[in-house]
Amino acid sequence: MELSKEQSEFLHRQKKEKLQVRCMQWFIFLGFLILWELSADFEWINSFIFCSPSIVARCFWEMLQEGSLFTHIGITLLETLVSFSIVILGSILIAILLWWNPKLSKILEPYLVILNSLPKSALAPILIVWLGANYKTIIVCAISVAVFGSILNIYTGFVTVEADKLKLIKTLGGNRLDCLRLVVIPASLENILSVMKVNIGLCLVGVIIGEFLAARAGLGYLIIYGSQVFKMDWVLLGILLLCIIAIILYALLHALEKQMKY
Amino acid sequence: MQPMLELCNVGYTYHTTAGETVALKDISFSVDSGEFVSIVGPSGCGKSTLLNIIAGLLPLSQGELLINGMPRDDYTEPIGYMLQKDHLLEWRTIYRNITLGLEIQKKLTPEAKVLIDNMLKTYGLYDFRNSYPRHLSGGMRQRAALIRTLALSPKLLLLDEPFSALDYQTRLHVADDIGNILHQQKITTLLVTHDLSEAISMSDRVLVLSSRPAQLKADYTISLSVEPKTPSTARNAPEFRDYFNAVWKEVDHGTIERAI
Ligand SMILES: Nc1ncnc2c1ncn2[C@@H]1O[C@H](COP(=O)(O)OP(=O)(O)O)[C@@H](O)[C@H]1O
Ligand SMILES: [Mg+2]
Repeated sequence: MELSKEQSEFLHRQKKEKLQVRCMQWFIFLGFLILWELSADFEWINSFIFCSPSIVARCFWEMLQEGSLFTHIGITLLETLVSFSIVILGSILIAILLWWNPKLSKILEPYLVILNSLPKSALAPILIVWLGANYKTIIVCAISVAVFGSILNIYTGFVTVEADKLKLIKTLGGNRLDCLRLVVIPASLENILSVMKVNIGLCLVGVIIGEFLAARAGLGYLIIYGSQVFKMDWVLLGILLLCIIAIILYALLHALEKQMKY
Repeated sequence: MQPMLELCNVGYTYHTTAGETVALKDISFSVDSGEFVSIVGPSGCGKSTLLNIIAGLLPLSQGELLINGMPRDDYTEPIGYMLQKDHLLEWRTIYRNITLGLEIQKKLTPEAKVLIDNMLKTYGLYDFRNSYPRHLSGGMRQRAALIRTLALSPKLLLLDEPFSALDYQTRLHVADDIGNILHQQKITTLLVTHDLSEAISMSDRVLVLSSRPAQLKADYTISLSVEPKTPSTARNAPEFRDYFNAVWKEVDHGTIERAI
């Protein structure tokens, strides 16, 4: 189709603006790195405490070669994905149970609300006592951070499905299970995906809290151990890798969400 | 002839913590097989409640209700029920929306598919069968909802203000379409509407309910001298105005929306 002159000018302006925004974003990022590096080189800041990009990069390279980097990343990633899967499957199942049984949901609601508003890092020390300083504690910790909010959100999505849609299923001779599988779940998919997007981040937070307290490996361990022995390059590398992991996981879910649009 | 639907002193009361609401009281009427009957009455008087009881969505707590001569709960054949909005499921194609009832009842047979294809063609939706509901106009969506209801081959059809979500022009059109379809197929139909013209032009009979608790106030048999009788030609019949005035007088006016 032929675009009018105004339309193509408009699109051109839009494109230009987008490019400018991208350029500025990279400029800030690179400017920050350069300034940091220079300040360390000229000893405006103490590079022992504040480190520098080149030290972090060297650290990255060394750990990459000895392979320990993959261990740390792999463990953190594995723990995150395991707890994330348990949170999602678990909260969908529990939300279904609550939807199915309104009385049960009335009974449990205050508990869920309280557990959800509790700062979960407060639970971590108890978990260590109960479960020991191992991966179990870390996974349970991550689950506890995400699961209550996730149940509440998914359940709220379930009960806000239009009542008349359920009535429709009944007029067509369907039962409660038909309501669930034909209306409630499909109507909630979008909501479940956005809950997932929030939860992948929360699980990562939970895993790091757990690793701070109970790990022998993983990025959280790298960060906490690095800070204890004043190896700031480990700390900063750990944080950087966490950022990257968070971005990648989020992007994956975002792509999934795009796929699901009918 | 056995009436298709017989109500005898049917009543219904809602109980909530705020108190009880008597919605229906001593409703008695019968509908013959193949008849098209409209129910009008002020909003909130209990029309939807009545249809819900007939459809079996609410229990029959007072009175007697026979369908095709059988008590309500023994009548196991499908009853079609169309609601105000079309409630097409946005994530299903038109075709898969239409087969929803058949799927639920595990009756999606080759014969049923032929029936559906024929209806899709007759009602001009065949080319849209693989589209999603959001691509269809309001009138087309309502026709799709009708096919979904008719796909179960109900002998009794309940329509609860099925056109009121449509704009006036589309409404006339769809009422015409649907009226013709139902008259052709001789399905016994109960139409709830607040549009008196719609009621008179589409029906063989018009029942007027009082305001809550709903009681049967009047029962008009409509005979209009137009050929062919369709909802839109009916409006030009000489008797139309007389019926309109008569029904209009019976209805509580405060609450009736848009009379003409
Ligand atoms: N689930 C319910 N609980 C309590 N009261 C209800 C319920 N449904 C309807 N009502 C009340 O019953 C009366 C009749 O409702 P309805 O049958 O929907 O009226 P109509 O369809 O004629 O507008 C209304 O006053 C309404 O407030
Ligand atoms: Mg109503």
